Amino acid sequence: MQNYNIMLAGFGGQGILFAGKVIAYSGLIDGRELSWLPSYGPEMRGGTANCSVCLADEPIGSPLVLAPDILIAMNLPSYERFIGDVVSGGTVIVDRTMVDVCPTRHDIQFSALPATQLAEDNGLKGLANIILVGRLLRMTGFSTLESLNIAVEKSVPASKPQMVEFNKQALTLGYEFLDPKECEL
Amino acid sequence: MSEVLFKRSSLLTDKITNYCPGCTHGIVQRMVAETIEELQLGGDTIGVCPVGCSVCAYDFYSCDMVQAAHGRAPAVATGIKRSVPESIVFTYQGDGDLASIGMAETIHAATRGENITVIFINNAIYGMTGGQMAPTSLPGQVTQTSPYGRDVKTAGYPIRVCELLATLDGVALAERVTVDSPKNVRAAKRAIKKAFQYQLEGLGFTIIELVCTCPTNWGMTASKSFEWLRENMLPYYPLGVYKDAKAVAAEQASAASDAKAVAAEQASAASDAKAVAAEQDATAEVADIATNAASAKAVA
Amino acid sequence: MSEKVLMKGNEALAEAAIRAGCRHFFGYPITPQTELAAYMAKRMPKIGGVYLQAESEVAAINMVYGASAAGVRVMTSSSSPGISLKAEGISYLIGADLPALIVNVQRGAPGLGGIQPSQADYWMATRANGHGDGHVLVFAPSTVQEMCDYASLAFALGDKYRMPAMILADGLLGQMMEPVELPEAITPEDLPLKPWAACGHKNRREHNTVNSLFLVAQELEDSVIEREQRYAKIKAEEQRAELVLTDDADIIVVAFGAAARIARSAIKLVREQGIKAGLVRPITLWPYPKDSIANLLPQAKAFLTVELSCGQMVEDVRLTVNGKVPVNFFGHTGGIVPTPAEVAEAIRMTDKGEQFSLLPYKSKLIATEGGPK
Repeated sequence: MQNYNIMLAGFGGQGILFAGKVIAYSGLIDGRELSWLPSYGPEMRGGTANCSVCLADEPIGSPLVLAPDILIAMNLPSYERFIGDVVSGGTVIVDRTMVDVCPTRHDIQFSALPATQLAEDNGLKGLANIILVGRLLRMTGFSTLESLNIAVEKSVPASKPQMVEFNKQALTLGYEFLDPKECEL
Repeated sequence: MSEVLFKRSSLLTDKITNYCPGCTHGIVQRMVAETIEELQLGGDTIGVCPVGCSVCAYDFYSCDMVQAAHGRAPAVATGIKRSVPESIVFTYQGDGDLASIGMAETIHAATRGENITVIFINNAIYGMTGGQMAPTSLPGQVTQTSPYGRDVKTAGYPIRVCELLATLDGVALAERVTVDSPKNVRAAKRAIKKAFQYQLEGLGFTIIELVCTCPTNWGMTASKSFEWLRENMLPYYPLGVYKDAKAVAAEQASAASDAKAVAAEQASAASDAKAVAAEQDATAEVADIATNAASAKAVA
Repeated sequence: MSEKVLMKGNEALAEAAIRAGCRHFFGYPITPQTELAAYMAKRMPKIGGVYLQAESEVAAINMVYGASAAGVRVMTSSSSPGISLKAEGISYLIGADLPALIVNVQRGAPGLGGIQPSQADYWMATRANGHGDGHVLVFAPSTVQEMCDYASLAFALGDKYRMPAMILADGLLGQMMEPVELPEAITPEDLPLKPWAACGHKNRREHNTVNSLFLVAQELEDSVIEREQRYAKIKAEEQRAELVLTDDADIIVVAFGAAARIARSAIKLVREQGIKAGLVRPITLWPYPKDSIANLLPQAKAFLTVELSCGQMVEDVRLTVNGKVPVNFFGHTGGIVPTPAEVAEAIRMTDKGEQFSLLPYKSKLIATEGGPK
């Protein structure tokens, strides 16, 4: 299978690290080598959060993703910071509710879906992150919906069992989402 | 048949102590040993001796002993007590150790209510290193490092440890005693025993501060140093119980039952008052009626 | 075989320590080891263990000292500035022959430094964890699985040799998640008894004394040299290193921990270009795996050491190589992790016969001591 170097970025509180964990867990379920590395800083709330996830078939060397082949950006500063690092031919997905841009690069696959709005409209507030993961699955086939559903079960804390179903709905919503307005190149 | 009136405590080894002639360490160590023996705790006790004249104490006690770094005895004792909670743990610390380099460890062990007993030797000087100014050296006291007398403007004031620790909720017993006379030695022994008993009962942190002498570094004879202690140290460090959580609890309990009695009395008084008031009201009413009747009569 | 789970390095280490029978943890908050202490705070009360947040690192290591003296399996964790504070207690642990696990999740330094990954405490870990002659066993994990595996190894060897053991990790390994297979759990009751412990003699044995004070110089010398003899045995028997692609290698990269992961990626890159590079990854930093390096001397054209520091372990490589072939150095410090491309370039330069000690300074590579550039 293909190797993936994934960068997820946004504000603290948008579930960046959790989305990365779900992707990482799908790798574990698929029997792949993987790593998950958060950026960590002095800010606890509202600061920028980003997270490197690597999926590969051989042991992972550096877990730090500096040249992502996948970027999920959930706010404008993150988009602007990382868009230039994405490798040619890479995939970029943004939350259009938060990042109102059309891509300046033409050597990448780009998808902008109003994930935060979609989450609100579907009673899945706070799950824009997982909607974006569903979309990523559709665009790249990095794993399967089945593996991701198990990954959700493994990642949701035992103290919030009701969130499992919501996360699965969000995955499906992102996976099946088709928007004529979507600015896809 | 002869009767044994005094013998060496079995909690002490045969080792001859290395303390200077006239030093009070020997008296205090013996009292601690006797206390542990009387309470039959020798097999359960672990002593901690940190840096200072106290450090060699691990050679003098026949219970398990742990030597600690300078000032760290309360932290080391915490580690031991948390590992063997059923044991009895005591530290034996000097003033530099406890109130200077180890003040953080002291205060935090106290505020955690760490169930250990601290034997604190306050002789207002660093003994082992040769007579330097201690955190408890008195204003104006001449030491090797305060050769012109402790100047409180630059060196600050002495710390009164019992008073300081008495403010902390975790402290079960904080008492200051001395060993300058047989009477005071007996009182000191009672205090030490109380501290160990409180530890046995799991009441929290106990500290016995012993105002002691250091004839060698004070540059005096043993008897002269006791005079100096009485004239200079005891006014600054008054003897007494600064915190006794058990006594306070007992008082409060008795106060509470007193208060209950008072409350009951008050309640009964109040109901009496009510009755009186009701009576008065009734009387007033009668009077009113009478007045009204009289007025009516007058109008009529 | 238990199921693999996804865990952070810090949490995996904490869980592994519990499964190794550790029920006593004393610590003080510091980034980037926070998750380890938080994990202990959550778990210990539920399994009858002790989690105590001390008033300082100094107090924490002395609580460790007390608990170890009383005979229990005990640990603490911190990060670089906190380990400096623990140095006093570590020296006392060494002097009193007490086992304990000390985890250093390193961050950039000196001073308050930063909170990003670093390996600049190599010298402190292998040379000077406090005053006096003495060592601690030092293990350098490079995966989350190893964070887990070395916890029980460090406890076991610490008990065996009656000395402290350190896991020298870094912020990268502490914070990252990887799949991990947790070891089978043992309980404190499964651990060997410690007849030397000061835990109350119950009137059934002579009293024990735990002590590092010897006022008679001859007694102190005897005690220190007795320990040196133990160290000699450890140096002979406990060296550990992983060899990667060294069979045909003539350029030997030496790197540990997080740096070894980068080096592994770089070696893959240069091998595609026909350079025969291999990796020696020291697992024990003390005792240093000199034999692994010495064994490769006959086939090596040159060595390249890669570290997240200004060059510390490189001195141990040079001591072993003893001038026979060049020993180059490339590193980043202050919390910056080198890229595989940078390390690959350093390997290519080494392959071309260049001799150097290089650090990046304001976007340029500059030479430090040790070789012209």
